Amino acid sequence: MSKLDARIPEGPLAQKWTNYKNHQKLVNPANKRKLDVIVVGTGLAGGAAAASLGEMGFNVKNFTIQDSPRRAHSIAAQGGINAAKNYPNDGDSVYRLFYDTIKGGDYRAREANVHRLAEVSNSIIDQCVAQGVPFAREYGGLLDNRSFGGAQVSRTFYAKGQTGQQLLLGAYQALMRQVNAGTVTMHTRTELVEIVIVDGKARGIIARDLVTGKLERHFGHAVVLATGGYGNTFFLSTNAMGSNGSAAIKAFHKGAMFANPCYAQIHPTCIPVHGEFQSKLTLMSESLRNDGRIWVPKKKEDAEAIRAGKKKPTDLSEDERDYYLERRYPAFGNLVPRDVASRAAKERCDAGFGVGTGLAVYLDFKSSIDRLGKNVIEARYGNLFQMYEKIVDENPYETPMMIYPAIHYTMGGIWVDYELQTTIPGLFAAGEANFSDHGANRLGASALMQGLADGYFVLPYTIQNYLADDIRTPRMTTEEPEFVEAEKSVKARFEKLLSIKGERSVDSLHKELGLVMWDFVGMARNKKGLEHAIERIAEIKKEFWSNLRIPGSKEGMNIELEKASRLADFLEIGDLMARDALNRDESCGGHFREEYQTGEGEALRQDDKFAYVGCWEYKGENQDPALNKEELVYESVKMVQRNYK
Amino acid sequence: MENTLNLTLKVWRQNGPKEKGRFETYKLENISTDSSFLEMMDILNEQLVGENKEPVAFDHDCREGICGMCSLYINGRPHGPDDDVTTCQLHMRKFKDGETVTVEPWRAAAFPIIKDLIVDRGAFDKIIAAGGYVSVSTGGVPDANAIPISKVDADEAMDSASCIGCGACVAACKNSSAMLFVSAKVSQLALLPQGRVEAKRRAKAMVSKMDELGFGGCTNTGACEVECPKSISITNIARLNRQYLASRLSE
Repeated sequence: MSKLDARIPEGPLAQKWTNYKNHQKLVNPANKRKLDVIVVGTGLAGGAAAASLGEMGFNVKNFTIQDSPRRAHSIAAQGGINAAKNYPNDGDSVYRLFYDTIKGGDYRAREANVHRLAEVSNSIIDQCVAQGVPFAREYGGLLDNRSFGGAQVSRTFYAKGQTGQQLLLGAYQALMRQVNAGTVTMHTRTELVEIVIVDGKARGIIARDLVTGKLERHFGHAVVLATGGYGNTFFLSTNAMGSNGSAAIKAFHKGAMFANPCYAQIHPTCIPVHGEFQSKLTLMSESLRNDGRIWVPKKKEDAEAIRAGKKKPTDLSEDERDYYLERRYPAFGNLVPRDVASRAAKERCDAGFGVGTGLAVYLDFKSSIDRLGKNVIEARYGNLFQMYEKIVDENPYETPMMIYPAIHYTMGGIWVDYELQTTIPGLFAAGEANFSDHGANRLGASALMQGLADGYFVLPYTIQNYLADDIRTPRMTTEEPEFVEAEKSVKARFEKLLSIKGERSVDSLHKELGLVMWDFVGMARNKKGLEHAIERIAEIKKEFWSNLRIPGSKEGMNIELEKASRLADFLEIGDLMARDALNRDESCGGHFREEYQTGEGEALRQDDKFAYVGCWEYKGENQDPALNKEELVYESVKMVQRNYK
Repeated sequence: MENTLNLTLKVWRQNGPKEKGRFETYKLENISTDSSFLEMMDILNEQLVGENKEPVAFDHDCREGICGMCSLYINGRPHGPDDDVTTCQLHMRKFKDGETVTVEPWRAAAFPIIKDLIVDRGAFDKIIAAGGYVSVSTGGVPDANAIPISKVDADEAMDSASCIGCGACVAACKNSSAMLFVSAKVSQLALLPQGRVEAKRRAKAMVSKMDELGFGGCTNTGACEVECPKSISITNIARLNRQYLASRLSE
């Protein structure tokens, strides 16, 4: 299984990264200028990597589909970023951050990568402060920390409710400084549409200018994909509208493995779907569950009356309400982990007790307001209540909020080794786009940490190690046959999409896929449902390729064509997610198989059979992908069953 | 509870930067008041695709008010008839049944139209590239707590830093000035010790880039502050003017 050698450095866990850095190969400044690195994506991982590689002297070409690198979806992260600084002196350490991340990931992440993440976490905070990121501070002038789920210490740094925005702007500004210095060339509104492989190595990309529709060829000695996650396979998610999994699929088609596609995180507290034309879901901070109590009506008649508008939630007395989390999980109550809270809401709604459209439950602050006073609740959650009111037009101080789970983050992604290199030499993947650090479940405030760790502090070392062997490789002309051939195949694909001339819009097909994903590959999965999903996805795929309608042409800006190209790839990802979920006969983290649960409905892992990374290999169009395994070896941590009793 | 609206939309259509634009009129029926404005635009586009016509191109992405991508000029106001929201946070309950809604792109010489409602805001990136950063590279920086910063300064810097770069300030200004945008970044960095070192140089570089790119001057009408979805204050402009003056005096 040489294909999946994770190339973990020798030595004890805590020494591996130091050993690696001490022995990695370097490139001298004169040679760096002669080496081109393509970075696709400008979020925390891509922006940080492009800026850092530019500062080091490499010639960087950076691509984004948005109009500016500052728009990447990292910007929407609210809560914060973890680091093992131990400023509050509450017993935190690099080891503890490592341990919490492994445990939170339900023992499905690679130890060495996670330990390195914890090690570099502190440097990230130092770097961001030096860039002028306005983190929250205490009156003494030092940095403030807050607590987040899955940890007993306060290690989360934050900038109001806009931490992702501020960290991204820090990286963006560093990036624009390099654009000004001439080390980074920025390509906005430009989308990767193919990866070019020459003699087995990634040597460039074909990109599409989204304004002119023209295809461009770009050479790079190495290529980095920092293109985010694939949550939008579900159509409705908390992801931005443009977030997509196409780069991952291009890599997959060229021989990179797609790892753990079934690991998707579903966040329990989002504003519910209001209608057929809803375009996206808005997250309400998890912190609301500290003071809000979750319930649905005890009697079905009441639920029906509420749905019909004949009754209001405030009409129901205490004993007509079912505080189902408190009932089922008396020890943790409303503060059970994300996956448990999400599944319990779905269970009640599926049984007919949902409110609103039927797919919503109440999050009620009445008892907290009675106990603490309205002003205390306002001080804690005022901005969230206001945001809720803007969207829903109801006052949560007077009537309970309605919430429902939504897809939020994908832990799975492109398989990478310790150096963040895929199975294709010279092709790297960073941030949410790779599978690397979160196992089967990501902890809050760890996505920002991983994106910046990969971009600022990991890739600049590992890419240099790779490029050190490439200093004698001159820049290639993009007239090489591999580039010509790649462009030809892309052109044919776009022409094929435009030639279908059917009846269905892209969105109508995407919504159909999303419903299948949500019903059968969502919060609770089972064998029969997954087999059905694979069949249904194949049908939608057939419908897509035979009955799609795209007005306009391939020249100039064509938004329907962009969306269609991404949907074609989401259809493949949906299939991979279902296959991976079907293969994994266990429940772990965000992956819950109904057949594998304890008597109390807890996730039941099967460590003897599934302590591996499921890596899917492309075998050609209309062929089933093949499963490869990277066994997970735990040397430092003992695997135990998670317990919330 | 849900109500529905029938609307007449007058939407700016323009095939490309050099093409001539015009308003097209569309009728929409049974739009839920719970829809967001952009969901209403999605419905319009579904309708157009159904008629085999090209949908209206508009910029949008996060749809939760933070990416700064959405940029519509609705009934004469940037981001439409609600306060402190971006276009994506605007909901249809702000409109009346039977209303005619006019939708245009940002109009400013420095933001040329690309297609329909999409403009090129690359000028903002160029202004940041001219100096909107602290000149530090990755690694070799001091510990995050090495320099204490007063909470008041940190909070004020955060308020300035909350700019989302949408360009509503430019669209609202009769001079198409980018002073609110520039001053927010200059202020954020000048308020923090890490950024103060090169504050004067930064102010000068960003202002001259702004002038060079064809943005107008500031005549203190305050329209930018009113339309800013993030309530960035014009006191930032006063601070920028002080920095800029100081940089000229020290020449």
